[in-house]
This record gives sequence, structure tokens and C-alpha cells, in this order.
Amino acid sequence: MTSYIPNTEEDQKEMLKEIGVKFIEELFNSIPQNLRLKTDLNLPSSLSEMELVNELKGLSGKNANLDEYVSFLGAGSYDHFIPALVDHLSDRSEFYTSYTPYQAEASQGFLQATYEYQSLICQLFRMDICNASLYEGATALAEAVILAHSVNHGTKVLVAKTLHPEYRQVLTTYIKKTLDLSIIEIDYENGVTDLTKLEEKISKDASCVVIQNPNFFGCLEKVNEIEEITHQVGSLYIVSVDPISLGLLIPPGDYNADIAVGEGQALGCKLNFGGPYLGIFTSKRKFLRKMPGRMVGETTDKKGRRGFVLTLQTREQHIRRERATSNICTNQALNALRAAIYLSTLGEEGLAQVANLCLQKSHYAAKRIYQIPGFEPTFTSPFFKEFAVRCSISPHKINKLLWNNKILGGFDLGRSYPELENSLLFSVTEKRTREEIDKLTLLLGDIA
Amino acid sequence: MREPLIFEKSRRGRRGCSLPEYDVDEENLEKLIPKKYLRQSGLGLPQVSEPDVVRHFVRLSQQNMGVDTNFYPLGSCTMKYNPKVNEGIANLPGFTRVHPYQPQVGVQGTLRVLYEMEKLLCEISGMDSVSLQPAAGAHGELTSLMMIKAYYEDKKEHRDTVLVPDSAHGTNPSSSHLCGFRVIEVKSNKDGEIDLNDLMGKMSKRVAALMLTLPNTLGLFERNILEVSKIIHDKGGFLYLDGANLNALLGIVKPSDLGIDIMHFNLHKTFSTPHGGGGPGSGPVGVKGRLAVYLPVPTIKKDKKGYYLNYGRAKSIGKVRSFYGNIEVIIKAYCYLRSLGKEGLKKISHNAVLNANYLMKRLKKYFYLPYNQPCMHEFVLSAVDGKMKDVRALDIAKRLLDFGFHPPTIYFPLIVKEALMIEPTETESKETLDAFVSSMIQIRKEIKEDPSVIRQAPHNLSIGRLDEVKAAKELKLRWEEKESGD
Repeated sequence: MTSYIPNTEEDQKEMLKEIGVKFIEELFNSIPQNLRLKTDLNLPSSLSEMELVNELKGLSGKNANLDEYVSFLGAGSYDHFIPALVDHLSDRSEFYTSYTPYQAEASQGFLQATYEYQSLICQLFRMDICNASLYEGATALAEAVILAHSVNHGTKVLVAKTLHPEYRQVLTTYIKKTLDLSIIEIDYENGVTDLTKLEEKISKDASCVVIQNPNFFGCLEKVNEIEEITHQVGSLYIVSVDPISLGLLIPPGDYNADIAVGEGQALGCKLNFGGPYLGIFTSKRKFLRKMPGRMVGETTDKKGRRGFVLTLQTREQHIRRERATSNICTNQALNALRAAIYLSTLGEEGLAQVANLCLQKSHYAAKRIYQIPGFEPTFTSPFFKEFAVRCSISPHKINKLLWNNKILGGFDLGRSYPELENSLLFSVTEKRTREEIDKLTLLLGDIA
Repeated sequence: MREPLIFEKSRRGRRGCSLPEYDVDEENLEKLIPKKYLRQSGLGLPQVSEPDVVRHFVRLSQQNMGVDTNFYPLGSCTMKYNPKVNEGIANLPGFTRVHPYQPQVGVQGTLRVLYEMEKLLCEISGMDSVSLQPAAGAHGELTSLMMIKAYYEDKKEHRDTVLVPDSAHGTNPSSSHLCGFRVIEVKSNKDGEIDLNDLMGKMSKRVAALMLTLPNTLGLFERNILEVSKIIHDKGGFLYLDGANLNALLGIVKPSDLGIDIMHFNLHKTFSTPHGGGGPGSGPVGVKGRLAVYLPVPTIKKDKKGYYLNYGRAKSIGKVRSFYGNIEVIIKAYCYLRSLGKEGLKKISHNAVLNANYLMKRLKKYFYLPYNQPCMHEFVLSAVDGKMKDVRALDIAKRLLDFGFHPPTIYFPLIVKEALMIEPTETESKETLDAFVSSMIQIRKEIKEDPSVIRQAPHNLSIGRLDEVKAAKELKLRWEEKESGD
């Protein structure tokens, strides 16, 4: 018997007696005999806890981890500081061993935390409403486009080429296989969406315009001008934002975005080789009944005490089935909890300071790198915490050398943008020290 | 006592963490970024000290039932014990502090876990290939339906319909609809299994797939599974398995032997990873040979140099999420499978089914069991039997809270009125099951003697029954500044 199963042989006997059968196998009689496996599965033998830990520790040691390597890599997944209390609190097993709070009275803790998450995100984004979370940034964006289509039935989607390449790929998969809309990519000029091209391509049948700010290159989009162009023809304005940047940058509610989504990993979630992350989804209040996913609302009990429940469940699959606004059931609640704890901890001053540290350090790094012969800015548009560098040597070679010096270099933009084949995208968060940045520039200087 | 909102604890000037001083020269903000791009308002975030944050969230945690605190027989959700060793392993910096774009030579440990996890799931299910990318069961369903759609587009067959039994999870019709399919419901027969005549009548060359849950949501195995499979396959459709209930079948049957062509797994149900208050989960997809070319990119491959991510797949449906999956969840499930091994896996299903049947046998003396036959890992009682004095399943659920039990699932299956869907799992002891039975007997007695106790429940929690109608009417979905007390 494994330690996860309490039943002893004695227990089993008593239970079988109560049921009125002799052997456990008899309980499986509804499965036709010829379909049942005659032999054990071909799996490895069971491991004790000690053996398991030894083996998996060994495997984890085969990874290079960012406690040992200094990271200048971002591109949608960021090495931000996580205060110790985030782990401590989200590791409370009353939280993490619970499930979707269908029975509100048994889940007031998580429901209130989720309500606080929704509120914190609304404050930060300056948007009206926020749901309880979606899977991650790219699928949150795809859901936004699906929502936009359900509002105006437009037949095409205008997507900035400066949107994260993987988000564009996910969007393409979703849109091709669900709504079958045409996706039109808008080119960029000096690292930001080309407004002339956008004006050329936009028309009344455009369901929405999708941008990212700061965009994939780290550059700041002309959000107000894009808003005007978008709303002039009645399309919806969808923005994917880096929540950390909003400690400093204009929030989507202030430039009249209709739907604002984002990857919430930076808010206290670990890198984890890409997941689990956090899909943030906010919108204007008028789209409330079309919102995908779960939402927590405030109410009272009979004595008038404040409490929280899942609300507007009639939008959801377990009630509305094929007429639901989305198919999402399991979301990323624990990551939303981490984000709520993170935002509460950093608070008003802390998050602004984190954002400013990112800004100052990345600009320091950029200045130093651009001073090295053979390295120049790919773009000159304003940027937040990431910047592209055009290199005279192959990015692959540079990253290899940095890696050998325990530095994780930038994202090779040529991977996703053939026209930028000699550019590296560096990311500098508040965690990077001047010493680390100087070491990076020193090494780059040596290569050049 | 009710805990205030974190915003209500805010006092100007408090802060919850310390950050380093600037070690680079701080430049004037507007020199770096034009003013029009800068935030003009405050952030609107709370100002609280570190102890404030800690006490707040610890108190909230104390107002939450989890598997670690209470019996949690939420049907179809497989709320089994979440082994702590798996938490520890998944939290090793070698796994958590890894960037998705770092060189693959530096991720060999994780890639190996993923590669081997795919193989384990293939062996358990009999599928030929697995993708670990989907973030949840419903995401796995959507991914699968996209692959099925791609297959028929390739074959130039027009198939616009998905069949879904009336006992199915709500995600099945919802995922089908999202993927652009027409949904047709297949009726259950009096035994709670698929009505073969109804299925035959609805099966046609327009049908792309039947989405089947096994055991179904009544906790019953479809005894005519081979006939079902033949009806679907004869007309060229795919048989899809919603793997939410796989906990009953581990090492007992292989889905491939039942004619399943494509399926999803719920690692957060069957393979013991915590449900996280609603997620993250993980919903890998497994397929038989002819669908494998459509799996999302990247797949994980191995050659002489090691493990790598393979993007070169012409017929793939593409990417269904950023990066590669809910890796941390997958690592925990991998640990679980390695702990159990071939010896342990079958015992999981044996004891899950034993516990469910024991509980059912004891409870059916007191409550109506609409489908009265041996069950698999779960069973469904009904609160509608004429003698219940207008007590609803919801009322029984709320009263159970007073006795320290998380209630069963009450929102489906839709084919049972006032359903109480009970799944004890294998990680509960006989004593716990007996205590649950005692409470249910007490509730039955109260229904007879004083039903108002049930209708008013819960009585013993920090909050009474919450007014959901009011919540949906007022739609207060966030805290707003003006309501702040200070």
C-alpha cells in the first residue's frame, strides 16, 4: 500500500463486506472482461520519498538556474524580485489544496483574495472590471479578440507586428480554428507600430486593433494616436500590457482601451520554464456579460455581513454549456493569489519604485552598451525595461560567450523577425546590479 | 470575525517591502520618457506594512476549506491528497529559476522530465503521442477539437458537428461551440449510459467526434463502449475521451483498447497536483497515430546530444499558449507517477472505487440513488424523492459545511435533478467516510424533523448563507476608493 492510501487490508475487508462482494476486482465488473488489462503497465517501479528526491534533485541540477546565471533575458518572461512572503502565504495549504469556490461559505478566504486581486488589477490598469484570471498572456489576448468579435462581428483583426511573436502565433491558432477571421499584421517603424500603415489597413469591418505596450521590442507605442485611429472606425481597442510597467507608464484605462490584458507572471510568479503564469483580463464595464471566465462579486449573508461569491455564473460553461462566453473552467487562481499578495506587499510606493528601477537600470545598460563600438541601437523610440541592440557579430556567438561567463544574454530577434537578424533584445529588471551590468558591457566590449 | 479588505487596512506611508537604493545614476524621468507616456495618477494600491499583509492573508487562508483541512468529496474533481514531497521538488530553484528561452543545453533536466512524462501518459492511456501544453482540461478539449478540425480540413471532409452525451461536463459542449462546431446532445438510457439507438440516429458523416467521459459523470462505466466506438468509427468520426474521471481506470484499462482516438488528462485531478483554489491545472492531450502530426508545437524530442524542443512540424495546429505548458504542475504529476510506479497505480483506482462503493452502499439507505448499480470512483444521489420536504441539494450542501465537510458537486450532471455528486477518492480513510455518513444520516433526520435547520444552513461558519441573487443584481466586482472609511 502506498502511504497516500489509508485503507488497510482489514479496512478493505470490512468495506467489501458492507458492499456485499468478496474482491475489489468485482467492483469493476461493468468493464467488459476482455477490455481489462491482464498485466501491469510497463512503468518504472515505485520510488520511496528519499529515492524520488535524490533522483529529481539530480535532474534539477542538470538545469542552469538563474540563481547561478545572471539574466538579461526577458521577452515575455521576467526575472523580477519576489518578496519572501509571497511564497509563504501562497503555500498555505488551506489555499492551494482547495478548488474553484462553488460553495462560497467554505471558500471565503480565496473568494475575498480573488476579489482583492480583481480590485488591485482594476486600480493598476485603471479599467472597470477584471476577471478571476485566464491561463496566461497569450490566451488572454485570444479571448479578448473573441470577445471583440462577439460585440461587433467585424471580420478582420488588425494586429501590431510588435506584439509578442508567440502571442501572434497563439492568436492565429485560435482565430483560424474558431472564428475564422482574417488577421492583418501592421508593420512597425523605428520599433513602434507604423501609424500610416495602420490607417491604410483599418476599415469599418475591423473588429479590433491589437497592440502591446511596452511592445515586444520594449518600445512605447503611440497609444493615444492608435486609440484615435481605432475608435474613428468603431473598432475595439485591445492592449496587452506589462503590469510592472504601469507603476510608471500611462495605464490602458487612461488611453481608452476597451479591453486590456496582460501576462501577470511578473507579479510574484516564478519563471518555471514558462508556466504556470497568469492571464490578466480587464475591460470596460459594458462588456461585463460577455466576460470570459470567473468573476467574484460582493454580497451579504442574512445578517448583513459582507461576503463574496462567484457571480454571473450564467455566462459560464457549467451552467450555460454551448452558449457560454468561454469554455474556461480551471483557471490560474493560485497565480492570481500570488499577484494579489505581491501587489499588496509592493503597494503604492513599492511598485512605482520597481518600475523606476527597471527604467533607470535598463537605460544605464543601454547607454553603456551603445558606447561599445560594434553595438548600436536597433531603434531609437522610448523604451521601458527592454531594448534592442544591433550587433556587428552574430548574436548566437555573443550569447554563447556570455553563457560561458554565466550570463544569460538577450533574445535573438532574428528568431522571430528575419529583418532583425543581428539584433539582441536585452531585458534589465530591478534585480540587476550595476556590477552585473558592467560585467555584461565588459564582456561585450571584449568580443567587439 | 470578518477580515477587512486589504484596501481598508491601508494607511498613508506604510510599506510592505524594502527595495535597494539606485546604484546607477538616477536620470530625470521625463528625460527618458516623454511625459505623455507617463502615468499621471497614483497607482491606487494599498499602503500596508509587511506584518499587515501576512496577517491578512493568513486570516483569509483560515476562512478556506482545502483537502488538507477537510474531507472534500467534490464529484468529478478528484480532490485527493496532494503529496508534500512533490511540492518541495517542484520548488527546487533548478526547476523554478529557469527561463523559457534560455539555451536548451541548460534545461536538460526539465526537458527530460517532460519527455518522460509524455511516455508515462502514453503507456497509461495507450495513446501514441502526448502534448503537455494545455493549461487545463478545457484547454485540452479545445486543443483536441482544433486538431480534429485540422484533420478533416486536410481530408476535405465537411464535418461540423460534435456529439456530446447529456451527462457530459459543461466544458465539452462549450469547447465544441468555441471551436465552431454544432453541438448535438446524445441521450442517456434508463441505466445512465449512452442510448445506442439515439446515438445511431444522430451519428452521420457530418459528425467529427463524440466526446465521452469515462466513467461518465454518474460514475458509471459505459458497458457498451465497443458498440459506441463502432458506431462512431463506422461513419469516420473520432472518439474523444474527457479524462477527468481517469482515476477509476489506472492500470485497469487502457483508453486505446476502448477505441479512444484522442483524449485529455487532468493532471490536477488524477495525478494529485493541487487544484490551487481553481488552478493552475494541466490538461495534456494524447492522440493515436493519424492525429499526431497535428499536435501543437513545440514537441519534445531526443537525439544523441540530448533533449530538445522541435518546432519543425508542417501540419501542426500551431501554438495554443505561450511557451510550453504549466511546467511546475507537470513536474509534480511526474513525481506522483514515479512515487507510485507500476505497483502503486492500480491500487489508486482499486481504492478509489472501493471507497466510492462503500460510501454509496451506506448512503443509499438514506438518500435516493437514481441509478442504483455498482459505481466506479463516484456516484450521484438526488435530493428529489418526494419525502425531502422541499429541501434542495444546495441546502444539504450548506448543512454539510456545519459538520466540517466540503459539499459534493451539485451543479451537474444535469440529468439528475438536485444532484449530489460524491467522489471520496482513495486518500480518505474508512473513519472519514463513516463520519461523513453519520453527518448525512443526521441531515436526513433533520430533514424529517426540522427542515428549516437545513434550509438556513450553514450555522457554524464565520459567515451565513450568502445571497447570490443580490451579488448578481448589484454586481459589485471590485473595491472602489469612495467606499473607503478614512
